[in-house]
Amino acid sequence: MHSAESHVAHHFPHAKAQVEAGKLGMWIFLATEILLFGGLFCAYAVYRANHPEIFVYAHHFLNKILGGINTVVLICSSFTMAWAVRAAQLSQQDKLVRLLAVTIFCGFVFLGIKYVEYEHKWKEGLLWGKRYKPVHQELTKPKDVPPPKPLPWVNPEEQSTLPPPAVPPQGLSPEVKGFSQEGVVPQNVQLFFSVYFLMTGLHGLHVVAGMVVLFWVLLRARRGQFSSAYFTPVDLAGLYWHLVDLIWIYLFPLLYLIH
Amino acid sequence: MAVPVGNALFGDNYLSHAKGWKSWLFTLDHKRIGVMYLVSILASFLLGGVFALLIRMELWTPQRTIMDAQTYNQMFTLHGAAMIFLFIIPGIPAALGNFVLPLMLGAKDVAFPRLNLLSYYLWVVGALLALVSIITGAVDTGWTFYTPYSTTTNTSVISMTLGAFILGFSSIFTGINFIVSIHKLRPPSMTWFKMPLFLWGLYGTAIIQILATPVLGITLLLLIAERALGVGIFDPALGGDPVLFQHFFWFYSHPAVYIMILPAMGVISELVSTFSHRHIFGYRFIAMSSIAIAIISFLVWGHHMFVSGQSNLASLIFSILTFLVAIPSAVKVFNWVATMYKGEVELATPMLYALAFLFLFGIGGLTGLFLGALATDVHLTDTYFVVAHFHYTMFGGTAIAFFGGLFYWWPKITGRLYRETWSRVAAFLIFIGFNTTFLAQFIMGAQGMPRRYYNYLPEFAPYHRVSTIGAFLLAIGFVMAAGVLLHSLYAGAPAPANPWGAATLEWQTTSPPPHDNFKTQPSPGDPYDVDRWVFDRSAGGYVLAASAAGGGNA
Repeated sequence: MHSAESHVAHHFPHAKAQVEAGKLGMWIFLATEILLFGGLFCAYAVYRANHPEIFVYAHHFLNKILGGINTVVLICSSFTMAWAVRAAQLSQQDKLVRLLAVTIFCGFVFLGIKYVEYEHKWKEGLLWGKRYKPVHQELTKPKDVPPPKPLPWVNPEEQSTLPPPAVPPQGLSPEVKGFSQEGVVPQNVQLFFSVYFLMTGLHGLHVVAGMVVLFWVLLRARRGQFSSAYFTPVDLAGLYWHLVDLIWIYLFPLLYLIH
Repeated sequence: MAVPVGNALFGDNYLSHAKGWKSWLFTLDHKRIGVMYLVSILASFLLGGVFALLIRMELWTPQRTIMDAQTYNQMFTLHGAAMIFLFIIPGIPAALGNFVLPLMLGAKDVAFPRLNLLSYYLWVVGALLALVSIITGAVDTGWTFYTPYSTTTNTSVISMTLGAFILGFSSIFTGINFIVSIHKLRPPSMTWFKMPLFLWGLYGTAIIQILATPVLGITLLLLIAERALGVGIFDPALGGDPVLFQHFFWFYSHPAVYIMILPAMGVISELVSTFSHRHIFGYRFIAMSSIAIAIISFLVWGHHMFVSGQSNLASLIFSILTFLVAIPSAVKVFNWVATMYKGEVELATPMLYALAFLFLFGIGGLTGLFLGALATDVHLTDTYFVVAHFHYTMFGGTAIAFFGGLFYWWPKITGRLYRETWSRVAAFLIFIGFNTTFLAQFIMGAQGMPRRYYNYLPEFAPYHRVSTIGAFLLAIGFVMAAGVLLHSLYAGAPAPANPWGAATLEWQTTSPPPHDNFKTQPSPGDPYDVDRWVFDRSAGGYVLAASAAGGGNA
């Protein structure tokens, strides 16, 4: 069996310092991950604030059921992950391996469902930016869109003293007009799908990265390298997996559940 | 306490610890990684410098001189990208910081040595991708990659931005390593306010690296996605907003200028105290001002966008916040000057660089006020005034401090002393050349010479010529400095453990240090208690006052 001290690198005074250093390093890394996504969340906020009609309109094309199932799958995987860390702390080798395997399996289920969703979007031509070419025109006029409320800060009585521009700048939708008319497809719907694919795509890459890390931890766990004396890699991989889960928990309502 | 005073060049040291190229390429020793960074970064500096000289040669006449307009656009882009991403940002933290940080802590290594090596190789991959982009048609967007031009130009933007993205990872990993090392490897007796100020500078830098670089990462990924897939986030034709790119870019790139200057200020704090042979004045003010600068740096990015069409209110707020930066910066400058007051100022080469820093950074900082003020900035935007301003802060500030630090720690890194006389002449030439180059640019910028122009009105020709002559003076200075350092490698006298009389821990081990940094664990005290160190003729350097009577090697 490994003694605890054999894992301590020469430059650490004792094992506790090494564990603490690893944890601090991981937390800082997670902060950078949040900031990486932060850029996308910021883009989301800017475009949703400027063009709420696009988001309200386009989110109907996302499959809430599949998205919801995926949320449940990831929450379950976070649970098995947390349980796996506990198993490592209690030196329960077999249980640790099984729980890690279940966590990775949940990752596969998530990616599988995501694939089904992406494929559907692909067939419908509901893609990002310049690839946005909806196949079914009737889909572009959904019937169940409730008439959106007027923007609270726009007072229809109030007339601007500025003369209206001859041509509205490209990229800015004629917001108030398009927004308040029922059944009118807003301009620049592709913006929503750009944001959707960028956010879920980057998140998907993180899921894959997390699964690779968990697989590596699984292999080490099968060799019996973790016990109550040393389980830092399980712990840190768990932290990363929880972050990946957490980001999805924000992505799901922001993209699928817009009202 | 036995503090080694001798030279270990011919004994056991980190250079002789293991032999062969593999022992370098796979090393986990922070000192060797620091040296590899140093060599690579200096090579990038050379490359960026050659681009700069080519630009200046082209601007000798108002029309075409040596290259066509497209090549010229690529030259200034490559000059900016190489100097910023490959030299200035990693320069002090990754090269000097890597070498010095664990030594200053009295530690054996950084917290994550393998991550440290990984960050070096990521730097190499990023630099190679930048080189690929040079070979496959360079980039002509300027180093800022502004959309929509960067999404429509047919030059190799993707490989260049991918390179910068990977360099960002390298920077983040270095930042994580430094923060964790300072938190977890600091000896119990070294409290936060007993840390050398260079470490405070590196700590502030690391915070910015961690909080700002990921945003650059996602920005560059979006730019790549924009070019490769056409996602349209920044493309007005698809409903996107090009100004959002500017916001994202400067949210990183303004804090990035403090990634450049904070470690430089840390170096200057060490140099000023050591060569004034006096305890640093206002330690806590200097330490906390580093953190203050790190915090304010995140709130001022909009001052790069006064003419971008952002709202007037936003511009006003960014302008006010920008002026705030002057406070902690001036706190530092006043404390350095106060440290020198009544000190025994020794004009050794590193101190000459420190004095040059005070002078040049002072000008750079004061001209920043003109650019931070809304009314004058509209007139000065995109003129040579801006070019001169940021060269005074980045080159006159960071690069000068980098070379000051290089000359300061050179005896520790290599175990050799260089020829003082020639290195002083080189420092003087660099100072004169720098001012000749960029003072002329302030004047022509204020008169309306736009930056990045290939052709210009003939009345600006005299200023451009002065500037070009200055650039070559500068180049001669650097060649001379390089000559002095290279000469010392094979003909320099062996360096003592503490040639300057500094009290920080890296001087309490042999020059060069052994593989594990310290033969006997040093006991950290006040890092600026320089009075305990006295010059000992027999040792050729400074020794602790108590052991001076005994002399000789410990």
